[in-house]
Amino acid sequence: MQFWVIQTLNSLALGGLLFLLAAGFSLIFGLMRIANLTHGAFYMLGAYIGVSILKVIPNLWLAALLGGLAVALLGGLFERFILRKLAGNELGQVLVTLGLAYIIADLCLVVWGGDPIPLPTPEALESPIEVGGFMFPAYRLVVVAVALATGIALYLLMERTRLGAMIRAGVDDMQMARAVGIPVSRLFTIVFCLGSALAGAGGILGGPIMSAYPGLDADMLPLALIVVILGGVGSLIGAFVGSFIIGFVYTFGIALFPQLAYVILFLPMIVVIAFRPRGLFGRATA
Amino acid sequence: MRKLAWLLLIVALLAWPFAVGEFYVNLVSQIFIAAIFAASLNLLVGYAGLPSLGHASFLGMAAYFSALLTLRLGFDHTLAAPLALAGTVVMAALFGLIALRATGLGFLMLTLALSQVLWGTAYRWVALTEGDNGLRGLTRPHFLGINLDDSTAFYFFALLVMAFSLWMIARLVASPFGAALAGTREQARRMSALGHNVWLIRWITFIYAGFWGGVSGLLFVYYHKYIHPASLSLTSSAEAMLSVIAGGSGTLAGPVVGAAIIVLLKNYVSAYVERWNMLLGFVFVAIVVFMPDGLVPGIKRLWARWGQR
Repeated sequence: MQFWVIQTLNSLALGGLLFLLAAGFSLIFGLMRIANLTHGAFYMLGAYIGVSILKVIPNLWLAALLGGLAVALLGGLFERFILRKLAGNELGQVLVTLGLAYIIADLCLVVWGGDPIPLPTPEALESPIEVGGFMFPAYRLVVVAVALATGIALYLLMERTRLGAMIRAGVDDMQMARAVGIPVSRLFTIVFCLGSALAGAGGILGGPIMSAYPGLDADMLPLALIVVILGGVGSLIGAFVGSFIIGFVYTFGIALFPQLAYVILFLPMIVVIAFRPRGLFGRATA
Repeated sequence: MRKLAWLLLIVALLAWPFAVGEFYVNLVSQIFIAAIFAASLNLLVGYAGLPSLGHASFLGMAAYFSALLTLRLGFDHTLAAPLALAGTVVMAALFGLIALRATGLGFLMLTLALSQVLWGTAYRWVALTEGDNGLRGLTRPHFLGINLDDSTAFYFFALLVMAFSLWMIARLVASPFGAALAGTREQARRMSALGHNVWLIRWITFIYAGFWGGVSGLLFVYYHKYIHPASLSLTSSAEAMLSVIAGGSGTLAGPVVGAAIIVLLKNYVSAYVERWNMLLGFVFVAIVVFMPDGLVPGIKRLWARWGQR
């Protein structure tokens, strides 16, 4: 019983981290039509920057905030000075994001070395909490809570603010959004920064669970891709639901059939692609 | 003029192993293998307009099939090779069913996700694939009684296979089917309206490209006598994609030139600096930003302008 409870919690925690990663990926794809393959590298870079920040400021939450900002800045520069030059060249944009992913991954290897570096769990959350006779690692619960809070904040941002309304308009019909005077190119930068920040902060928050290690990017990117394929491109709710589905499938896959965990990832993807190629919550225009 | 150039190229390729040392013979053999791989990807990227970032699936799976059949089941190469190719074709057919539910970037993400699932499985399924250690102790086959362990023999074998593969790919492109394929790339809707089954044309092309990707995979595993999950990785797919783009997608010579550039870069630069991945990243960015339509079309354009004067 303890096994199932703990694995469920692990699934939720992985789902939460995946949501931080996939939400940005999905928004960027939805608005800008860019499959940002740097996203996994942003996540890893965030984790490593977190390692360095924590040496100076021993507070994980502050580190997540600062690290997210740092990655957002990098993402913004990348969008402004490189991706923008390639507007209209979809394949070119994908390849450039892939190129940047390689550069970042190798830089991380140069700067932080090849050994996994665990991020310390905040002291207050180190001891497990007991609920109904089960011991829960407190930190994982908090990660889930942070992901939920981020989800709600993003939802409010998208549905209740002027900025969100403009982004939605851009996702639905960019030409028309431009025509009615929405500054779409500024939105591009904002959304790209926001997505990068979420990925970077996610890397730091995931640090105490997964550590920072070379290859973290290649481990997370496929999961995020499958989440977005499942949930539907450009859909926040899709990213949310997809993240938790994959969180569960992957965690239980690893626990029960460690050798075939990746094969099991196929299954939800194939089912969704077969019956709803746009993903669970994808729009018809996607 | 053209005939002379071809003649010179053929003579140079035939004379190469007798003119240089073993290192250079092997280097060009690797270029042949990469060229088949890139040319098969070019069918999708260049001619079908379907950007695949999962082409390493076919190279890797053919290689793994061959390795597992010979190593674990003790099959002879004459039996293992066709079985490996058949397995790869079946897999390409299934992957095509999934990936062709989308086009454009959706197709790209699906092919990438599918190949990453294979890559992850090759890493984790240690009982079958030895995981990160890779499969060792593989052999090269005999071809017409000639032992391919000799680097010159392998060079000619790879040259032969490459010539045949490129010829077969060129034949498809030049055929009426190839014309229909180009039509589905340019105007999928009009092709539908004209009564062509766009999906079927794409699916057949996907399988055909997978088959030639598998052929390059067989050569790959024969050459290295070793197989590691890295050959299924995104990097492997991305290097092929970069070859296609660098050389010029949608041209027959482009992928070959691109593959040569990538193999040479990889061999020479990694001899001096350890940072191949970073260099690969910079090459990606540079090629896309400065040479978006590739080397071969670029040179052709220069040639045409020069010719007009």
